[in-house]
Amino acid sequence: MSVATETLRAPRVAHSAGDTGIWSWLTTVDHKRIGVMYFLTSFFFFFVGGVEALIIRIQLFRPENAFISPETYNQMFTMHGTTMVFLVAMPMAVAFFNYIVPLQIGARDVAFPRLNALSYWVYLFGGIFINSSFFFGSAPDTSWVGYANLTTATFEPGRHVEFWLIGLSIPGVRSIMGGVNFITTIVNLRAPGMKMMRMPLFSWMSLVTSFLLVTALPVVAVALILLAFDRFFGANFYEVTAGGDPILWQHLFWLFGHPEVYILILPSFGIISDVIPTFSRKPLFGYPVVVYAGILIGFIGWGVWSHHMFTVGLGPIADSFFVASTMIIAIPTGIKIFNWLATMWGGALRFPTPMLFAVGVVAVFTIGGLSGVMHASAPIDLQQHDSYFVVAHFHYVLVGGAILGLFSGLYFWFPKVTGRMMSEKIGKWHFWLTLIGFNLTFFPMHFSGLFGMPRRTWTYRAELNLETWNQLSTVGAFIFGFASLLLIWNLLRSARKGERAPANPWEAGTLEWSIPSPPHHYNFPELPEVRSREPLWEEGERREVEGATMKEPEEEPLMPSPSFWPFLVALGIASTWALVMTGIWWVPLLGLAFTAFGVFSWAFQPAFR
Amino acid sequence: MNKAKLMRWIRSLGVLLTVAFLSACGEEHLQSTINPVTDYGEVTHHLYVQVFWWTMIILVVVLSVLAYVLIRFRERPGQERPKPIHGHMGLEIAWTIAPAIIVVAIVIPTIQGVFAVQRPPEEGALVVEVTGKRYWWAFHYPELGVTTANELHLPVGRPVSLRLESGDVIHSFWVPQLGGKRDVNPVVAMPEGEEAKRNWMHFTIREEGVFWGQCAEFCGEAHSLMGIRVVAQNEGDFQRWVEDWRTPAPTANAPDSAADAAGQSAGGGGAGGGGVSGPGAGDQDAPMTTTTAEDPLVARGRQVFFRESYCVLCHSIQGTPAAGVIGPNLTRIGSRGTIAAGLLENTQENLVAWITDPNTVKPGAHMPGADYSVTFEGQTYPPLNLNDEQIRALAAYLSSMR
Repeated sequence: MSVATETLRAPRVAHSAGDTGIWSWLTTVDHKRIGVMYFLTSFFFFFVGGVEALIIRIQLFRPENAFISPETYNQMFTMHGTTMVFLVAMPMAVAFFNYIVPLQIGARDVAFPRLNALSYWVYLFGGIFINSSFFFGSAPDTSWVGYANLTTATFEPGRHVEFWLIGLSIPGVRSIMGGVNFITTIVNLRAPGMKMMRMPLFSWMSLVTSFLLVTALPVVAVALILLAFDRFFGANFYEVTAGGDPILWQHLFWLFGHPEVYILILPSFGIISDVIPTFSRKPLFGYPVVVYAGILIGFIGWGVWSHHMFTVGLGPIADSFFVASTMIIAIPTGIKIFNWLATMWGGALRFPTPMLFAVGVVAVFTIGGLSGVMHASAPIDLQQHDSYFVVAHFHYVLVGGAILGLFSGLYFWFPKVTGRMMSEKIGKWHFWLTLIGFNLTFFPMHFSGLFGMPRRTWTYRAELNLETWNQLSTVGAFIFGFASLLLIWNLLRSARKGERAPANPWEAGTLEWSIPSPPHHYNFPELPEVRSREPLWEEGERREVEGATMKEPEEEPLMPSPSFWPFLVALGIASTWALVMTGIWWVPLLGLAFTAFGVFSWAFQPAFR
Repeated sequence: MNKAKLMRWIRSLGVLLTVAFLSACGEEHLQSTINPVTDYGEVTHHLYVQVFWWTMIILVVVLSVLAYVLIRFRERPGQERPKPIHGHMGLEIAWTIAPAIIVVAIVIPTIQGVFAVQRPPEEGALVVEVTGKRYWWAFHYPELGVTTANELHLPVGRPVSLRLESGDVIHSFWVPQLGGKRDVNPVVAMPEGEEAKRNWMHFTIREEGVFWGQCAEFCGEAHSLMGIRVVAQNEGDFQRWVEDWRTPAPTANAPDSAADAAGQSAGGGGAGGGGVSGPGAGDQDAPMTTTTAEDPLVARGRQVFFRESYCVLCHSIQGTPAAGVIGPNLTRIGSRGTIAAGLLENTQENLVAWITDPNTVKPGAHMPGADYSVTFEGQTYPPLNLNDEQIRALAAYLSSMR
């Protein structure tokens, strides 16, 4: 392998055709730059949500503590959940879609580069909007699921709910646009010979996730729009006294909410399905089965939503159906885990940081999956639902499954993005401290839940004897927080002083490793012809592919020109929603007019100049 | 990090966790989900134990294989890229079928359990209408005509059916030792002829005791302080408690007017949250109260309760003119273990603290303070305008009604 890579030097300029000023970032339509912006923004919100988590943990360190008021506490856990789901886990996965998918499938950019830029800016403005609520003293405080009828004006006067529903609607727009973009990209822009069944697993899972995005987000949009009608125009969809039914909210929310779980977890499954074979130095075991299992999870994920509602009282028939469908989903999930194990079996395992995180996902996600099997059994769920046991479960799945997987991807692809290696030493510290901190935070929560601690509670009584478990959790959370600071340090340090990365530092087999690190702004000087799933692992094919991907083109391929309109249109979309907060009916129309103006100007601006 | 150091770390962490686990398990857990005292809780618990062991087996198998693989297949120096293996149909089928069998083994008893925990009520069960409100609980026994708050008295050995209904937002009734939680939903208006949907819980308690619980569905600011106490008593004690409730406490009314007031309430008590006292209540009561020497502080407190504040607007006391239904029923409040929905021990000092400044004791509570008003469901309730002397007397009066 080294023979091929040592002749390559990392180009000095990252990402683009030389422009590095702020204007070039505001107007960029390059999927790689947008990917980097997605990552940095979601990484920033990761720390915002993390600080909220630590404040929660300080409050729960002692029983009957009053470190913060219940009012503040309710805002903290609501914003922690909302931030981590909508502003961290989803967009961080999208950061990887953006940067990596076009490189993996052999495309020069995504199908709709400007739409891609628009998606990012809408996400950024949405994140800023919802967090601005803190400055108005109106941070959302009705939990990330925002159950009706607690969200009606009768019970929640003030602006908390309005900030929340608009703050979710704006990034929701982004998710749908992003989903459309990636479906189109993956279906239409694959390099010659890159058949669907030759695509790397990460691209596959990005495709499945994108389908879930475009189908699931509209459902929550409906729920939120109904709520908006209730709040702003005095409608009664969730107002019991007027004949509305609050259970409707739960059905709509979870009909979105469960596919959402797979939106969060499948990208991570995709990442580790690429990482594990690379460091086992062996192709993915049962590739088609892993692909089909992912698709199956995406499908069945639509038929399990009421397992979040076993305590609601839907009746034994409905409960039994959702028990069965939920249990069935354990089978394809198990298949994935077995195939990862089989991939490593008989391999020659190497353990750089990305592999450590990937193995961590397999171990930790298994625990989260199995506790999920427990409350998939509806009668057991009657005890565990809304207790800390469930809090333990979904953090094992979403932190242990999704976030650790994204970290694995971060360490894996960082050299490709920056042209520099991350520090292995800091990386290993980061991994072990994260693993210890994570387990110390969330494992004790199984016990606090079993011993009767409900979630979303500001405090707990000393007599309940839950103090020890909560203290372990708090200590763990701070270790986890400290470990995350190591990650920042590693990123900053490695981006500037890291060892130069060759094109294929990990000796991986997929297409993104056939181009220089960092890639040219046009990715591929010439589109390679692909003949297998790991074109770089077969000597003859590698030479052929690199003949196309490594050559210096006589003339640079024509790439779409930068445009400022996506930024302005995003500003228009976000401000239209934000101006709804004024409560004056014609004010949002100003934002809408601005958006329309932006869309027209965009449409008449040529893509190539 | 070197390996020995790491192992030491892991070992000390293991010791720490073991110690924590043992010390925590030795303690009494008042809200333990794994220590059921009813048939209903038993269904869940049996299922839990069964599924727990299935998941443990799978966990041990998966983690052992993982550990084996990680150790056995480390790359050796100079090792060639291993032979590529793309898959194995037999294995794929095997690890599809094996989990499927386990899933079936879990689903069958689960569905039996689903039907068992939602079975129809038993004949002759004691019905209690549970109403969750922000942030307290009302318990009404329609057959007994009893209405109380936050402390639910139930007989041991007799089937009980709880009918759950919310007075505002969604709550969840969770007393883990009785069994799993059920959401307490607001009742949605139904088309004529259709029965409104309400959740029920049916169970029979096996042993006496006080069982702790609390609201388990986030319902607003004081959600974490919306406690429940279930007092499970033998049939005799339970009957005595019912009788006590029906009979006004000796100090409930002024000695001279006791008979009058009790007589009044027999007619007017219906408005007080459905409290229907027996027709003979006043007769039984009269001889007891007239003979007792009255504590002046209690008499003063009664004056404050009925004449110097507007307590009666929201609160009822069985056998007195107090018939408000907005707040908790206060009949025999002196006999309760706690006040403010399980939050405070029921002492005179705590009553004073609570009446003076409920919003500090329980942030989000909807009771007006001695010197501040509260807005609740669109209605503003002015300050109680009581001084310390009045509040102490009031507390004495409430405590006296045992």
